[in-house]
Amino acid sequence: MEILTHFNYWAAIALAAIGLYAVIARQNMVKKLIGLSLFQTAVFLLFITTGKVAGGTAPILSPDYTLYSNPLPHVLILTAIVVSVSTLAVGLALTITIKRDYGTIEEDDIQAADAKGHGEEAGKT
Amino acid sequence: MTTDDLIYLALAIPVAGALLLWSVGRIQPVREGVSLLISAGLFATVAALVPAVMSGARPAVSLFEFAPGLPFAFEVEPLGMLFALLASFLWVITTIYTIGYLRANGGPHQTRFLICFSLALASVIGVAFAGNMLTLFFFYEALTLCTYPLVTHSGTETARQGGRRYLAILLSTSILLQLLAILWTWVATGTLEFRSGGILSGKVSEPVMAILLLLYVFGVGKAALMPFHGWLPAAMVAPTPVSALLHAVAVVKAGVFTIAKLGLYIFGLDNLREFAISEWLLYVAGATILIASLIALRQDNLKRLLAYSTVSQLSYVVIGVAIANAHAVMGATLHIAMHGFAKITLFFCAGAIITATRKTEISQLDGIGRTMPVTMGAFAIGSFSLIGLPPFSGAWSKYYLVLGSLDEGYYAVLAVLLASSLLNALYFLPIVMRAFFPTGGAQPAAVSGIAEAPVMQLVAISITALGSMVLFAYPQLLFNLLRPLVGM
Amino acid sequence: MSAGALPILQVVLPLIAAPLCVLLRRSGLAWAFTTLITWCLLAISILLLIRVMAGGVISYRLGGWAPPFGIEYRLDAVNCFVLLIICVIAAVVAPYMRQSVAREIPAPRHNIFYAVYLLALTGLLGITATGDAFNIYVFMEISSLASYVLIALGPSRQARTAAFQYLIVGTIGATFLLIGIGLLYTMTGTLNLADLSLRIREVSDMRPIYAALAFITIGVLVKLALFPVHIWLPNAYTQAPSAISAFLAASATKVGAYLLLRFIFTLFGVEFSFEQMPLMEILMPLSLIAILVGSIVAIFQNNLKRLFAYSSIGQIGYLALGISFGSTSGLTGAIVHTFNHAMMKGGIFLALGCLVFRAGSVDLSTLHGLGRRMPFTMAALIMGGLGLIGVPLTSGFVSKWYLVQAAIEADLWPVAVLILFGSLLALIYVGRIIEVAFFRPPPADLQAMREAPLQMLIPTWILIASSVYFGIHTDITVSVSERAAEVLLGTPS
Repeated sequence: MEILTHFNYWAAIALAAIGLYAVIARQNMVKKLIGLSLFQTAVFLLFITTGKVAGGTAPILSPDYTLYSNPLPHVLILTAIVVSVSTLAVGLALTITIKRDYGTIEEDDIQAADAKGHGEEAGKT
Repeated sequence: MTTDDLIYLALAIPVAGALLLWSVGRIQPVREGVSLLISAGLFATVAALVPAVMSGARPAVSLFEFAPGLPFAFEVEPLGMLFALLASFLWVITTIYTIGYLRANGGPHQTRFLICFSLALASVIGVAFAGNMLTLFFFYEALTLCTYPLVTHSGTETARQGGRRYLAILLSTSILLQLLAILWTWVATGTLEFRSGGILSGKVSEPVMAILLLLYVFGVGKAALMPFHGWLPAAMVAPTPVSALLHAVAVVKAGVFTIAKLGLYIFGLDNLREFAISEWLLYVAGATILIASLIALRQDNLKRLLAYSTVSQLSYVVIGVAIANAHAVMGATLHIAMHGFAKITLFFCAGAIITATRKTEISQLDGIGRTMPVTMGAFAIGSFSLIGLPPFSGAWSKYYLVLGSLDEGYYAVLAVLLASSLLNALYFLPIVMRAFFPTGGAQPAAVSGIAEAPVMQLVAISITALGSMVLFAYPQLLFNLLRPLVGM
Repeated sequence: MSAGALPILQVVLPLIAAPLCVLLRRSGLAWAFTTLITWCLLAISILLLIRVMAGGVISYRLGGWAPPFGIEYRLDAVNCFVLLIICVIAAVVAPYMRQSVAREIPAPRHNIFYAVYLLALTGLLGITATGDAFNIYVFMEISSLASYVLIALGPSRQARTAAFQYLIVGTIGATFLLIGIGLLYTMTGTLNLADLSLRIREVSDMRPIYAALAFITIGVLVKLALFPVHIWLPNAYTQAPSAISAFLAASATKVGAYLLLRFIFTLFGVEFSFEQMPLMEILMPLSLIAILVGSIVAIFQNNLKRLFAYSSIGQIGYLALGISFGSTSGLTGAIVHTFNHAMMKGGIFLALGCLVFRAGSVDLSTLHGLGRRMPFTMAALIMGGLGLIGVPLTSGFVSKWYLVQAAIEADLWPVAVLILFGSLLALIYVGRIIEVAFFRPPPADLQAMREAPLQMLIPTWILIASSVYFGIHTDITVSVSERAAEVLLGTPS
């Protein structure tokens, strides 16, 4: 049962692995971004769960409680979530412009289009 | 003006000359006048340093530091004085010759040609006067880069290939081996100064010294020790004035000069002589002398033959440094000058033949001595000097080398020197014979009288050929200059 | 007088200026405002460096909270030097941008472009100035997000895919860094770098600390673009607008190098990184491969921006190599090279921008005989190239001198030879450019080509000239770098 005592780690690692796999294996750019978000979220989860103190309560000062969970990870992860959302926004914005420029968001199609266009554009780029 | 300022002046003149040529070089007479002026100016400046150096002074200047304790500095000592004097004097002669050559042969980019020539000379002066190994290295590399456009001057595919080979060998050996050795020396001794007796004494163990010697000697690719000699024949695609001054005197001599400097001031002659670290160098240099001569025997292209002969002659200097006793070092350093005069004469002759007849192969030269007597006469003088016959200057340097090898009991070296003289005779004399006494059937058409190269070229040829004889008669100047080096 | 608010101004000034910049609708105004801000930043960074060199460490408490609980901005010789590098580059590139950007980016987007440029600057300065591990992550993401946008503004559509590729790789790298920082926090309960470095010593034999070092190193290496996590770099530098290629090449990777130094030496300490963990054994082969692969691939490129992007990968290898020795001369070499490479590469990419401006292309085939038509641009390119080779009297020589010296001191002969071999490879790719630009006849239609405008040439030459200046007057850069190396190794003289 040693393994299960750190089940939060296992969950985070599993999620992160799934996310990374999606980033690597998927050709579709939106799916890549989904994978990326999943990966980031997994790390956030890892971070937040470490703040849990066994038997502790929410860190609101009250005379009834002496044991609180560590609030700092939550605060930090709030920032990190903002960062992650911005990243997702920039990524999606890029995907939209790529769709406009190439007419596709599949990576191999884009590579094929670049390879084809390379001969014509070699002089310009 | 102090003697220290003369060092700045000697470096500044060719650089300023290059700038001047860049701005006004479009007009042919101006270009020629400026070239003559700067070469004469440089020679005068260098010559003005001689009395001070002869009287034992060591003019020195230091500009700034590469790294703490490692200045960009210059110091004039006898060996550098000799080299600078030789190069700047022959540059004047070569400029006269070049003007004749370029007028007769034409060709594009003449201004660029003269600019690079000036910059190359500036680098040579830098090498000669360098006050420490890193400064020397800087100018050594600058010399390679300045001469590259000269080698590829004609712009043909062969020229470009030759140029690539030239750069590849010279740069890779210098960066991979020489720079490594310099850095090693720096880390081991904390200095790169040139000091009599060597800076490595007592600082590194004998095996390390042996490895350093290996790195240095092969790192100085310009000395054309086998197997790093291939750039020199490749460089023969250059116009003849370049082959004459740079690839018979300035560039290759910068190589052997560096080796002599290393022997005298980095390793110290005593170390080279007492430890067994330099014995392999005798074999390599000896083998280079013989093999290059044998290859020269088989050449039909005159300039290539001269190139291989140069490879062979350069190793005389190396062998002298490797023997490392007073006589041998005297012979080696003398040979820098003696071979310079003789070889530049031979290249001038090859260029004159090209200018007058467009002939480049030896087999085409039957009877050419009748139409070009001055040229071929000078060629004979140059050949005799290289063989080592009196009354030509090459005899002195060979004499001292022979004395040096006898002092040490290196009879094998003696045998190599004698065999080499024989080989020299075997490849030079047939050319002279063929020129003056054509063999039977193939009577050349051009027996209609004298058809020499332009006067400017002939003047240059005569001066260097005479120089070979004058140096035989009056070698005292050189002896007196070099004596402090070897303590004779 | 104490340093006062200077450390925070250094970071907050561009952050406040960025939204203001968006409000300035006219391109010229936005540009003038950006330039003014960058110059102010340069002045601040110079003041800071002078203070630090004179009096040691400056500590600024954000919001008045005392460390280790509050966020602290902590400036020593190392990050002040890096701040200066970034500010110099930003201040030199800003004037250059006006014409280059006008040519490459549609006018309505100019104010956005300048705003994002200021944001990127904020991020880079923030990473460098802060003394808080989590803050580093946030600023890293600010600078990265801004760089993605800047790269995506490049003229061709490949710029968008390059930015996307960078976004994916960059985000994974940053998240790795976050994992590492999270592990450190769970083990020590602090995020303040100075505090962390003390507490790590107590728990340094715990496995999460090992994992933290691994995650952080990989995360930073992505930012630094060391082989094999360099894949984003060639596309990004090739496709970005010219001024941005110069800015990123000169500053972003340098910040990566700074982070590596900070984490390995200040945080984990030499002993832990090099003795308990096999950092040298990992970093050194990677750097050597980077040097060789980067330089060799560069030789075969025909697009000059791509060529110099690969050359950057090689040069980053030198940086990482210097760090991997873990010795004073190695670190001095790495830090000097950070500065010198910033100058050289910045200058080179600016020169390439001049080529784009006039010739419309940086393809080798369009360069025939260009040395006659645009002598100053090509001369700048060549001078920068000579620096990359490490020719004596250029600043590149100084850094290689120290790197080889470090290799010899460590008795690593093959490494010394490989460093020199790398120079030889650089010689080949620079030599190709020289041959084409100066020794090939120009095509007939090249007659109309003119030299680039002065507003672009002067910034280019400022960087190139300083790279030569610091090759001759080495005492300035070397003394600062040696000081920084001593600070990092904890052996002040």
